Amino acid sequence: MATRGFTGRRPTREVAKRLPPGQFETDDFPVLSKGPTPRLDLATWRFTLNDGPRPLASWSWAEFDALPRTVWQGDIHCVTTWSKFDTTWEGVTVDDLLAAAGVAAPSAYVLAQSYDEYDTNVPLADLSGAQAMVATRYAGAPITPEHGGPARLLVPHLYFWKSAKWLRSLRFTARDEAGFWELRGYHMRGDPWKQQRYSDDP
Amino acid sequence: MVESVAALTPRIASVQLRASLAPHVAGQHLDIRLTAPDGYAAQRSYSIASAPGAELFELAVEKLDDGEVSPFFHEVVQPGDTFEVRGPLGGHFIWRPLDGGPLLLVAGGSGIAPLMAMLRDWAAAADADGAGVPLLLVYSARTWEELAFRDEIAVTAVRHPTLDFVAVTTRGPRVRDGDLTQRLDAASIRALLQGWGHRPHHTFICGANRFVDAVANALLDASVAAGSIKTERYGGA
Repeated sequence: MATRGFTGRRPTREVAKRLPPGQFETDDFPVLSKGPTPRLDLATWRFTLNDGPRPLASWSWAEFDALPRTVWQGDIHCVTTWSKFDTTWEGVTVDDLLAAAGVAAPSAYVLAQSYDEYDTNVPLADLSGAQAMVATRYAGAPITPEHGGPARLLVPHLYFWKSAKWLRSLRFTARDEAGFWELRGYHMRGDPWKQQRYSDDP
Repeated sequence: MVESVAALTPRIASVQLRASLAPHVAGQHLDIRLTAPDGYAAQRSYSIASAPGAELFELAVEKLDDGEVSPFFHEVVQPGDTFEVRGPLGGHFIWRPLDGGPLLLVAGGSGIAPLMAMLRDWAAAADADGAGVPLLLVYSARTWEELAFRDEIAVTAVRHPTLDFVAVTTRGPRVRDGDLTQRLDAASIRALLQGWGHRPHHTFICGANRFVDAVANALLDASVAAGSIKTERYGGA
């Protein structure tokens, strides 16, 4: 039923095709986080792949920088309803991380863990096959701290809360373990095209 | 359904809604969806400023110059209008009286909305228990006239000795002794905490991202534990 007096600002057809339901396009890059921006030092930064509590592989910043690099350009969608088009990111795909670690994925589920005690769950099926990377550069420059630098997860086909900032590790889990926002009312999977925002969305 | 609309400041409108939703916890928000006649819809989230359990849900909507939805709340909406609401939502940026204190609330502009719900809940609990946990509310806007709910906050502070209210006006004169006229930074935050005399057990910061970031960093520099600080950021960078 229509809201009296609301006309809104329709996107062009080109834009509308790219917008998931309930989203609007922004030229800004809004910053959202649960708390203060962590203060991280590249000299002590490490990124680790874990199988449960057991480390599989770990890289210092210099070691991480030497891994194969991939560039991805595309749209990102935040659960707070903004979408940003044609964003460019560079980093190491999850496939290349597993290859560098010399291991097959130990399980079908992953918990991405951040330096600020944030975490979020993403199934392996959503991370593999060039769908995700650990990104270190955005728009041709190092990712700034407020946007998750030095490194964040990038899983652009899911709502952006899944692209964990200040990434510290990817931990393979036996089951799909609810992360920070998932424990606080947000959807376990977060597919913007199915508008899976909150726990009670189908 | 919209019960009433009023101007809180030249750019912030109070919208009181009657809705059969569960009572909220202070800090939570509602998702609002507006639908045009052709079916086009826009949805946005607004923090609830009213006290938990209040008869109406109060939103404090800032007019964004380039906004798609906020102009509707400033120029069009009337009592009796209806639209879709969902919620209350939010499980992190929340405070209940049983969470205790001392409690530090820092607001910038329309970021006062969720903190107003916390303040109102705090005051109700203080009235019931005799005194509330120490609460310091620091509220920054360009001028005194742009501080939403300023009169209610000031009166609440007079009635409750454990509530301290410091206004920061970055482009206008101070109105009360103890208020500040310069942008919050590490030095002024440190001085405010010293003057207050308590270490915050919970800190909530809400406002534009740049404001929140500056205040959060200042608190970290003043040795407030990162894990005790919760942030809600409006807008981007």
